[in-house]
Amino acid sequence: MHEFRVSVGPASFRLLSDWQKPIAQMRALYASYPEPEIPDFTVRLEAVSLLRRFLRPSGAIEGDYMLPDAAPLPVEQGLLALEMGMNLQMALGWRRHLILHASAVERDGRVLVMTGLSGSGKSTLSAMLGLDGWRFMGDEFVLIDLVSGAAVPYPRLISLKNLAIAEMQRVAPSAQFGPVMAGTPKGDIRHMVPSPEAVTRMAEPGIPALLLFPSFGYSAAVRELQLSETFVRLTQASPNYVALGEPGFTALARFVKTVPARAIDYETGAEAIAMVEQLWDTLA
Amino acid sequence: MNDRNPLYRAESPDLLIVEPLDDMTLIYHRRSGITHMVTAPVPEILEAMGQELVDIATITARLSHQFEMEADASDVIAIVDSRLADMMALGLVERASEGTA
Amino acid sequence: MTDAMILVGALRDPDSAQNLAAEQWTALLTIARAEQLIGTLAFRLEGQAVPDGVKAILTDARLNAEVQRRTALWEADCARRALAEYDGKVVLMKGTAYVASDLRAGQGRSIGDLDIMVAQPDLPTVEAMLLAAGWEWVKQDAYDDAYYRDHMHELPPMIHRERDRMIDVHHTILPLTARPRPDAAAMMADAVPLPLAGGVRGGPEKIVGSLPFESDPPPTPPVSGRGEVFVFSPEDMVCHCAAHLFADGDLAGGLRNLWDFHCLTQEFTASDPGFRTRLSQRAEHHGLTAAVERAQRLADHLYVSGCDQITLTDRLFIRRLTARNGYGQQTRRFIRLAFYIRSHALRMPPMMLARHLWTKWRKGHQPKV
Repeated sequence: MHEFRVSVGPASFRLLSDWQKPIAQMRALYASYPEPEIPDFTVRLEAVSLLRRFLRPSGAIEGDYMLPDAAPLPVEQGLLALEMGMNLQMALGWRRHLILHASAVERDGRVLVMTGLSGSGKSTLSAMLGLDGWRFMGDEFVLIDLVSGAAVPYPRLISLKNLAIAEMQRVAPSAQFGPVMAGTPKGDIRHMVPSPEAVTRMAEPGIPALLLFPSFGYSAAVRELQLSETFVRLTQASPNYVALGEPGFTALARFVKTVPARAIDYETGAEAIAMVEQLWDTLA
Repeated sequence: MNDRNPLYRAESPDLLIVEPLDDMTLIYHRRSGITHMVTAPVPEILEAMGQELVDIATITARLSHQFEMEADASDVIAIVDSRLADMMALGLVERASEGTA
Repeated sequence: MTDAMILVGALRDPDSAQNLAAEQWTALLTIARAEQLIGTLAFRLEGQAVPDGVKAILTDARLNAEVQRRTALWEADCARRALAEYDGKVVLMKGTAYVASDLRAGQGRSIGDLDIMVAQPDLPTVEAMLLAAGWEWVKQDAYDDAYYRDHMHELPPMIHRERDRMIDVHHTILPLTARPRPDAAAMMADAVPLPLAGGVRGGPEKIVGSLPFESDPPPTPPVSGRGEVFVFSPEDMVCHCAAHLFADGDLAGGLRNLWDFHCLTQEFTASDPGFRTRLSQRAEHHGLTAAVERAQRLADHLYVSGCDQITLTDRLFIRRLTARNGYGQQTRRFIRLAFYIRSHALRMPPMMLARHLWTKWRKGHQPKV
């Protein structure tokens, strides 16, 4: 199998593929990232049958941790499959931090964490803030240290969807982009490589100072959240909270009690950024 | 077995991590690894039970004293009885009968 | 190409891991995970000097095993409470039994569903009590449901609606259609109770990691006399292990089952020199002599240094058991298929097998080989 290894934040991966092209694409996009000697996880993109290796080739995502009955993807989306495989290993197998399904950016040692479902805009917002004076830490997972509560970067390739693709290409014309993958289950997807600063500083944690729940597509509003509501929403946003047991509980309870939380609705990126800056000034 | 005056025991406090948030309280149960989110009077009942075998009358008496209520008000007893049933289902409380202490 | 013998070697002789190069470590860890043996490996390698990247992975594996152990014991406790009004014995099986009994076989073991055995006539009672306590049927179609009830050794699987954990309720240890017919009634009669404080109830968990227990809680005396749980006698535990390994499956996960067998027999023999004799007598009573003897030969060959009394067929079993490469993939497709077919043939008479496979084929189920 074709192979590529990469470290992202504190985690490292061995990526294997029956086809060469997705590995070559990964290698090009992750060129500036370190390569581990002993990877934490193995991800495999495997042809579902000998026939499917060549005829309308499609691959199943396999690895140390797997989901049963996952649908295979066409090999043109192999890059996406490998990224999904890496996320799956983290979600099911990572125990060294509490994982929040969230994006994060850092300024002056303090971290803004944004969490929400797909489509909330957390990914795009973090990418935009990362170009606007903030250091990008991640768009998919934020890792919380179980003892100190610090937020640790996990700056994988930023996953842009549909309209966000054109917008980011406009504001960051010199950034490195991956291939356009059209017709995925989530629409069009294109990956963007984080800034060089995000990569070189990926071992630097920060202190979480503000938690936002963004919702894209609603007229501008800010709402305060009760602690219990925040806690429940974050357990839903954490793929490894249950598996961690007591250290996960302690870390999440501390996070909820020490980090102010707001829900924000917005209609444009500029609107969101203005709300972010204002809330950061008053709360963080 | 005498079920006329059932006795109850709460889970050992060593095995519970209680974190009050707002009107909800978190309870992490170490033996099960399950996080419960509960509201009054569950944390108060747990505290009133301490580590002993107690019956409903004792629990309601302690709660009434703490909250300055009527100890024998039938709705208080009914609430405590109902919450104890919930807590037993979750494994936070166990029931015995008199004579097995 | 690497196969699972690298894992076997590390389990048999942890000191030998000192000599592994980085690439071999990666293969070893990948294979261990694929074989559900990473927790076991982590406990075997405790105290060994290993590269930093490996140490972190093994620490995670130990943590995971502790969480699985705690979850398994809690699940058993929930079943105990749900069945408190049931007069008969509730016998824990497999991984849950090992950790509840503090056996070496339970150290680092990955544990999935809860397996319990009860007397066959009591199945409707037990079924009803579990349903009342929040378990529900895992959705199946009428064919699978009927097949289970008529031919298998367990109720169709149930899952708890809030805790999302599965329970398998057995009434014997092998399918009714399989050729050996172990004496389930004798196994139930000889099942031994677990001590309540320190067993399923009140046992202090060791939390490995950054937040250890300051002190163990005092052992809680039983609140009521009801609701004990049981495990098989040592001889029956080993017989079940061998039966499960050979007569019930296609050997998927076989290395782990064989490790269970190895740990159980070693531990029981060490504390009781007469164990082996009683084991072979018991195996004969159950019709499991061939299974137990083969398990012993294979376990000794793989996990004890210097044992080589294996037959030609044993070698095929070893090929199947170690059919895993350093990428974590299953290899040796033909031999796996042969064992898959064999496992079905063992479970069912030929006419039934044909009808079963035909129905499965028509429904689109294919063996994953």
